[in-house]
Amino acid sequence: MVRQNNKAEALGGLLDILCPMHATLDATGHITHAGPTLNKLFAGQDLTGRRFLELLELRRPRIGTSMDQLRRAAGVKLHFALRVPPRTELKGVLAPLPDGGVVVNLSFGISVVEAVRDYALTSADFAATDLTVEMLYLVEAKSAAMEASRKLNLRLQGAKLEAEEQAFTDTLTGLRNRRALEPVLGRLIEADEAFALVNLDLDYFKRVNDTLGHAAGDHVLQEVARILLEETRGEDTIIRTGGDEFVLILARLSDPERLSDIAIRLIERLERPIAFQDSECRISGSIGAALSRDYDRPDIARMMEDADIALYAAKARGRGCHVLFTPDLRHGGPVPQRA
Amino acid sequence: MHGLINRAIELFVRDTYGRRMWLDLSRRLDIGPAEFEAMLDYDDAVTDRVLSDLERLLDKPRCDLLEDIGTYLVSHRNDGALRRLLRFSGVDFVEFLHSLDDLPARARLAVSDLELPQLELREHATQRFSVTVRDPRPGPIRFGHVLIGLLRAMADDYGALVVLEHRGGRDGTEIIAVQLLEVRFAEGRDFVLGVV
Repeated sequence: MVRQNNKAEALGGLLDILCPMHATLDATGHITHAGPTLNKLFAGQDLTGRRFLELLELRRPRIGTSMDQLRRAAGVKLHFALRVPPRTELKGVLAPLPDGGVVVNLSFGISVVEAVRDYALTSADFAATDLTVEMLYLVEAKSAAMEASRKLNLRLQGAKLEAEEQAFTDTLTGLRNRRALEPVLGRLIEADEAFALVNLDLDYFKRVNDTLGHAAGDHVLQEVARILLEETRGEDTIIRTGGDEFVLILARLSDPERLSDIAIRLIERLERPIAFQDSECRISGSIGAALSRDYDRPDIARMMEDADIALYAAKARGRGCHVLFTPDLRHGGPVPQRA
Repeated sequence: MHGLINRAIELFVRDTYGRRMWLDLSRRLDIGPAEFEAMLDYDDAVTDRVLSDLERLLDKPRCDLLEDIGTYLVSHRNDGALRRLLRFSGVDFVEFLHSLDDLPARARLAVSDLELPQLELREHATQRFSVTVRDPRPGPIRFGHVLIGLLRAMADDYGALVVLEHRGGRDGTEIIAVQLLEVRFAEGRDFVLGVV
């Protein structure tokens, strides 16, 4: 009997070094020896004499809980979980002992990161050959490297958006610039959405510039931008294409009457005097427009050309007028009376 | 030079001498944008210019500067990621020394394109070691000096008392003598395995 005890002790000592998270069970399933790391999982209490499956639940495979059934599962990968919080999941494998008992070896598997924290484990709690510490090292190193990569990506993304924004923005007025024209029109045509393409040239702007100077001119342009933004909706696009030339792309607009109302209101607002220092700047605007629904297949170049023709027609009628493109304008016909 | 190394030099300057000094330096050397990206690659000449400028500015030879950077990497408290990663290598300073051979491979595991010089530890007598540093592509940084600073800080971290000496070298090979006077001279800093 003494001899047997010595043998069991020697086996326990050996297993403590090779696999510190093991337990040996007797023929009735009670723990005869538990490795030091397994003890740590149960707050260091002495596990000797406790029934193994009352401490750990065998989750998979469902082979039953008798020792006969357990012994038949020798060499099979077993999934356990602690019966007490935090219910850490463990992987295990068991091997039979000649006395009818078994040795169960356990490991954390993927739950190791949490387990090391939950049980305050150190490298001394793992076998010297165990790769757990290497894995924890990798987890930390990879997280640090990923974090650096993620930050770089965020900065690059921000820089890209900013560059795009600047590329499409007119710096004086904050409106979109000429480069935005084709992408916006292209998108609307692609989506088969009705829209109005409105060309607006300021009238008498050159006079403001010449008499009151460029500062006044810049101020007027900024005021015009404000008016255009106020008189349109968020889904509309307002572009400053050149000095005193603007293009408005009005989304979901197909009714000539509504377009006419908008043009009249815009011109009325532009004609209100704009204060600059002690002076008053007086301008107006001419508008030529084309409606996408007037085309079977709207084409960007064609619509821009037609809106230009309408704008010339408007200017020919005097300042502060608006004209909607109709095919007869192309053939040098009479200027239509309706916008 | 890998961005991580340039970034380390930058953080050393910013954390030790202030943000202002770094911004002035980056403007003077026309490094724009003013911050190095850890995950990008830079020409070796950029690193060389930064180090030369720092030598002049701080009136310090490059070897001392590199040693300071090595110490900074481990001992500065702003992040501690590197110190933690190094502490994974061993439970005491001797085990840590023995793990130095694995260091370049470990670094590559984390950042696959980060090439660090080969390190080889030799044990000449009990507590007398030497580390051979072989840089296959010698550049503006002689890593042996960085390693001295790093080892000094790690010894502190473990609470060990060591004497370190750069024994010179050439053609990208440097030799550092490590004499361990006491493994547990002082109380080391805490280290837990769990993710912090």
